[in-house]
Amino acid sequence: MSVRINTNSCVGCKKCIEVCPGNLIKLKDGKAFIKREKDCWGCTSCLKECQAGAIAFFLGADIGGKGSTLSTRAQGDLRYWIVTDPNGIQKTITINTKESNKY
Amino acid sequence: MLKNLSVEQLKTDVLIIGGGTAGCYCAYTLGLSGSHKVLIAEKANIKRSGCLAAGVNAINAYITEGKVPQDYVNYCKKDAKGIVREDLLLSISENLNDVTHTLEKEGLVILKDENGKYVTRGDRNIKINGENIKPILAKMASESDNVTVINHVNITDLLVEKNRIYGAVGFDVNEAKAYVIFAKAVLMATGGAAGLYRPNNPGFSRHKMWYPPFNTGAGYAMGINAGAEMTTFEMRFIALRCKDTIAPTGTIAQGVRAKQMNGLGEIYETKYGVATCERVYGTTLENKEGRGPCYLKTDVISKAQEEDLYKAYLNMAPSQTLKWLEGGQGPSEQNVEIEGTEPYIVGGHTASGYWVDNNRATTVRGLYAAGDVAGGAPQKYVTGALAEGKLAAAGIEEYLKEDFELVSSNVWEKILANYDEYLNNPIGNITISQVEEAMQKVMDEYAGGITKSYQFNETGLKLAKEKLEGLQQVLNTLKANDTDELLQIYEIKERLTVSLSLIEHLKARKETRWHSFGENMSYPNVDDNYNVYINSVKTGDGIKIIKRPLVVDDYKNIIFTFNGDGNIQYAGGEIDER
Ligand SMILES: Cc1cc2nc3c(=O)[nH]c(=O)nc-3n(C[C@H](O)[C@H](O)[C@H](O)COP(=O)(O)OP(=O)(O)OC[C@H]3O[C@@H](n4cnc5c(N)ncnc54)[C@H](O)[C@@H]3O)c2cc1C
Ligand code: SF4
Ligand code: SF4
Repeated sequence: MSVRINTNSCVGCKKCIEVCPGNLIKLKDGKAFIKREKDCWGCTSCLKECQAGAIAFFLGADIGGKGSTLSTRAQGDLRYWIVTDPNGIQKTITINTKESNKY
Repeated sequence: MLKNLSVEQLKTDVLIIGGGTAGCYCAYTLGLSGSHKVLIAEKANIKRSGCLAAGVNAINAYITEGKVPQDYVNYCKKDAKGIVREDLLLSISENLNDVTHTLEKEGLVILKDENGKYVTRGDRNIKINGENIKPILAKMASESDNVTVINHVNITDLLVEKNRIYGAVGFDVNEAKAYVIFAKAVLMATGGAAGLYRPNNPGFSRHKMWYPPFNTGAGYAMGINAGAEMTTFEMRFIALRCKDTIAPTGTIAQGVRAKQMNGLGEIYETKYGVATCERVYGTTLENKEGRGPCYLKTDVISKAQEEDLYKAYLNMAPSQTLKWLEGGQGPSEQNVEIEGTEPYIVGGHTASGYWVDNNRATTVRGLYAAGDVAGGAPQKYVTGALAEGKLAAAGIEEYLKEDFELVSSNVWEKILANYDEYLNNPIGNITISQVEEAMQKVMDEYAGGITKSYQFNETGLKLAKEKLEGLQQVLNTLKANDTDELLQIYEIKERLTVSLSLIEHLKARKETRWHSFGENMSYPNVDDNYNVYINSVKTGDGIKIIKRPLVVDDYKNIIFTFNGDGNIQYAGGEIDER
C-alpha cells in the first residue's frame, strides 16, 4: 500500500512533505515524490493536505489491491472520498465532518 | 569540527520530545499556566504525527454514567491478570472525562442523544468523529506564546549528568543540521515501538501495520541508554485486526456486535476467555490447529449498517473501506477475515514502558514520561495519554519549583561525532533495510513472532540476543548519505536497543501469565511467585533485572526519592532474591 503523486497536477506547495508522519515525501525539480513507497503507513494525511488533488492512495497486490485508487477532497463541512477503479468508474462516499461515527 | 553537519544550540525550561497525543496535551497544559518556556521537538509535524495521524474511531476510555474511576481500574487490572499499577491507573481514570470535555470544547465531534448525553458504545467507550483529532490537538498545543514547536527534528539521545537530565540531542531530518537542546526538565512522549518483529505483510506493504511504523521505540531506547528503569516489556501487545489492512476490529465487533467465527463456521468468541490477550490467543490457536481462517461474522448486517461502516473506517483506517469497495464485496456480503499482528511494545495498551511514579517522573531526575512510552498502566488509549500529559505537566511544574543546579558536560559532542561517522562511512554491501529485515527475522523466529504463533523458549531467546548483538556491530558500519538516511539508521538502532531489553524481560518472567502476549514455552503455566513487576536497568555490565512488589489493592502511591549523590533512593521497593 502506498501513494502515487501525479507530477502534472502537483504545484510544488510542499504541504504533503510538511505533514507526512514518516517524512517519506520529498521535493525534486519543484515536484513532490515519495522516496520510499514501501514505507508508507497509509494514513492518508498527504491526500488530505493536497489542494491540487495530485495524490492518490492504493493497496499493494500483497494486501488485495487490484489497481483501484482512493482520493479525497473537502468542501465546507463535507469530505468526499472517491474510489476510482482501473476502468475509471468512480464511487463517492460523502462524510459530514460535523457528524459522529455511528459505530 | 564536524564535516557534515551544522549545529544549533537551543535553551528552554521544558523540552517535550514527541508532539503526539501526550506531548501535545502536556504542552497545552503548560501553555495555559504560562510560567515556563516550552519547546516541542517532533520528528515529523505535530499536525498529523504519531498514532492519531489517520484519525481514531472512538474514545475507548471514558467513565460513563453510573460508573466510577475505580471501575475502570478494576477492568484494566483484570484484563492484565493483575500486573498493573493501581496508583497510575486511578490517577488516569480520574482525569479521563475532563480531558474528553476539553477536547470537545476545542472542536472534537462527540455523538449525543436527544437529551444532550454522550452515546456510549459498551461500558467505557463513547462515539466520536475522530478524523481530525490530531489537528485539533496540534492547534491547542501551539496556541500559547510560551510554547514553541520545532517540527522534523528527530531526537536520539538524552543529556544526563549525575542522574539529572539537562537536555537532549537530535538532528533535522531534511537538512544537514544537528540540534543540542538544553532544558531543565524533559517530557518523553515518543509513543511505543513498532517494527521490532517481522510484520504481517513483509513485502510491498511492510508498513501497513497497526501501530505507526514511525514510532520506533526511540523514547525507550534513549531512556535505556541513560540508565532509566523500564517495566513489564514482557507484556507485549498483539492486536487482533482485519486481515491485510490491519485495520481495527473494535468498530465491527462492538459497533455491529459481530462474533469471532472459525473456518468451520463455529463461534469461538468466548471459548478461550475474553481478556484482550485471550482473544488473540483463541484466533491464533484456531489457526494453528487447522480450524482457520478466522472471521468476524458480519454477513448478517444490513446495507445501511454497511454504509456506516464504510464511513467509520474512512474516518480512521481508509484502506479498509478501499479494500471492501475494490474487492466488490462489502461486510454485509462477506465476513471480515481477522488475524493477530506482530508484537508491539506499547504502554498505552499493555503495561510496558518507563517505570514512573505517580507524578510521571522517571528514575532519572527531571525526566518525565507520558502516553504509550510510560509503563504500568495499560488500556490508556487516547484519553489516558492525554490525562498523563496533563499529570506530567503538573509534575514538571512541581519539579521546576525545586532549587537545583544543572551540571552539564560535553558528552553531546560525542553524540554529534556519532552522526558524523555514519555520514562519513564508506558504502558497504550491507544496507539499512537488510539490517532491519535481519532484526525482524530474528525476533520473529526466536522471540515469539507471528510465524511461531507468538511462542518462545529460553534457548531461542539466548540465540536471539547473540544475533541481535551481532547486528548492532554491523549497524555501526552503515552509510548515511543524508540526514534522511541517518534517521533510518537510528530507527533500527533504537529498535535493536528495545529488542535486547525486551528479550531480558521475556527471559525474566519464568511463567506464562498472558497467552500470546508472553507465551513462554519453557514455563507454560502461571506461577504466583511472579505476582511482581519485572523491571530492568541497563548498567555497565549489561541489563539488570529488578523485581518490585505490586501496587494493588491496599496500596500507597509511589513517589520516587533520590539521595544526596542524585541516585534513586526509593522506587517502589524491591523483592529480595535469595
Ligand atoms: C491506528 C490506531 C488507532 C487507534 N484508535 C484508537 C481509538 O479509536 N480510540 C482510542 O481511544 N485509542 C486509539 N488508539 C490508541 C491511541 O491512539 C494511543 O494510545 C495514543 O494516541 C498514544 O499517544 P502517545 O502520545 O503516547 O503517542 P503518539 O500520539 O503516537 O505520539 C508520539 C509522537 O512522538 C513522535 N516521535 C517519535 N519518536 C521521536 C523522536 N525520536 N524524536 C521526536 N519525536 C518523536 C512521533 O512522531 C509522534 O508524534 C489507536 C492507536 C492506533 C495506532
Ligand atoms: S500537496 Fe499536492 S500540490 Fe502540494 S507538493 Fe504535495 S502533491 Fe504537490
Ligand atoms: S499516506 Fe501517510 S505515510 Fe503514506 S505518504 Fe501519505 S502521509 Fe506519508
